[in-house]
Amino acid sequence: MDNNKSAWERIQLVHAKGRPTVNDYLPLIFTDFYEMHGDRLFGDDKAIIGGIARLDNMPVTVIAQVKGRNINENKNCNFAMPHPEGYRKALRLARQAEKFHRPIVCFIDTPGASCGVPDEERGQGEAIAKNIAEFMTIRTPIISIILGEAGSGGALALGVCDELAMLENAQYSVLSPRGFASILWKDASREQEASEIMMITAEDMVNLGVAETVIEEPLGGAHNDLDKISENIKEYLSHKIQEKCEKDIDVLLKERYTKFRKIGEFTE
Amino acid sequence: MFEGFFNVVKKRFNDNEEEVHEVVRCPRCQTNILLERYEELNKVCPNCNYHGRLSAKERLTITVDKESFREFDADMISRNPINFPEYEEKQSEIREKTGLKDSVVTGTATIKGSPVVIGVMDSHYMMGSMGSVAGEKIARAFEYATENSLPVIMFTASGGARMQEGIVSLMQMAKTSGAVKLHSESGGLYITVMTDPTTGGVTASFASLGDIIIAEPKVLIGFAGRRVIEGTIKQKLPDDFQLAEFQNEKGFVDMIVERRKMRSTLSHLLKLHGYYPQGKEV
Repeated sequence: MDNNKSAWERIQLVHAKGRPTVNDYLPLIFTDFYEMHGDRLFGDDKAIIGGIARLDNMPVTVIAQVKGRNINENKNCNFAMPHPEGYRKALRLARQAEKFHRPIVCFIDTPGASCGVPDEERGQGEAIAKNIAEFMTIRTPIISIILGEAGSGGALALGVCDELAMLENAQYSVLSPRGFASILWKDASREQEASEIMMITAEDMVNLGVAETVIEEPLGGAHNDLDKISENIKEYLSHKIQEKCEKDIDVLLKERYTKFRKIGEFTE
Repeated sequence: MFEGFFNVVKKRFNDNEEEVHEVVRCPRCQTNILLERYEELNKVCPNCNYHGRLSAKERLTITVDKESFREFDADMISRNPINFPEYEEKQSEIREKTGLKDSVVTGTATIKGSPVVIGVMDSHYMMGSMGSVAGEKIARAFEYATENSLPVIMFTASGGARMQEGIVSLMQMAKTSGAVKLHSESGGLYITVMTDPTTGGVTASFASLGDIIIAEPKVLIGFAGRRVIEGTIKQKLPDDFQLAEFQNEKGFVDMIVERRKMRSTLSHLLKLHGYYPQGKEV
């Protein structure tokens, strides 16, 4: 692993053209992927895809935020910023996975939830809150992997899991460094400075107890060897899902709750 | 999300500088109200019925039975999980100024005799933002309620996650929501009362998870900040966007209840769920 890169350098890397998206990874990690559409309430959000696939031989449910690889794809998927119906689709598929005893794999890759008038009208806050609460007690193993960026509640809505892994250059943050600088210093141009003090790298997340595993990227970044990084992700998933499936489900749920319950620093 | 601060202005009524009246300007209708009159009305605008921001102490005084409140975790203070520059100093200052230890006060109390676990957020403490302390106190409050088969009432008022605690504050959304979920699975009643303002990471976690969601009139409720949305769509939003009435119309708030009726409404709802005074059915 390359431990010398700054948070800012990693941000440049995950935003660079050619950074693989979930659509690149899916065919290399899974077989028999059948995509499912819609939340059965309003519509089908293109920023989150979901469906059933096989990992090795085991059926799993895959839920993923989708980044576009060009401007047209990005327009189609709203730059990976899900609408409420995307989160509600994710919850529907998670419930389905629970019913049929399929483990869930979530891929996170979003700057944040969509922030527009229709999103407010359809209850973006409620949709995210519901996912966070419900995923906490879904009775099947959940593994989440951050592929690139993971911003705010829009990422956490797919991030309540038994174990969180991050690609080596991925970031996880309460808000984009730009938004952070804008709120705290009223100066969005200080985003690089913000990125360095916010603690957003995969290594930071492991140190803070937010993530458990860092998945190594090929030298120079994931785009340099798609086969290799896909293999690394697949190897991690196969091993981890096996491990979680062997656990008693009530123990697993207790551990899932505890994972989040213990994060926080205070004195009393 | 920081809009709507009451703009307290000193206004001189006489030219001779003897009599000085403090006046507040309502952030909704811009009417000037004499501070004295505003306090008498428990900070409700007499012109447009906007329900202004109360301190946690004021809220408890008008909500729970006299001397029934027993505070949890009164001495809990936050550390500095991401070593954010000057975070400790800033907190010390605000603690001194507000007399609060952080943005939420939790504990047990009775409302017209019915026992409850209650949490009140205070927007005067770093805009009611949720960091480690708020997350931990709220999670503990729900866990206590689960263990003791008590209902929970949360008065929310927050700009969202506490930026100065970085990702750790985001995780408090999962911590609190998880505790709400376990309380719910045990059959406990949870009533949210959304007050001004309820936004960001608090809206996107425990605030939106009440079995019953009440809001005070004209308060701001939303996920994204108004300026963020205006910046994205490059146009001005209507004045009533993201107000309690908007959320009620869109189906995200069950009822809008005026402050003067809040205590009796809560009491009735508690009794309708079997939470009677001293645990006895009457």
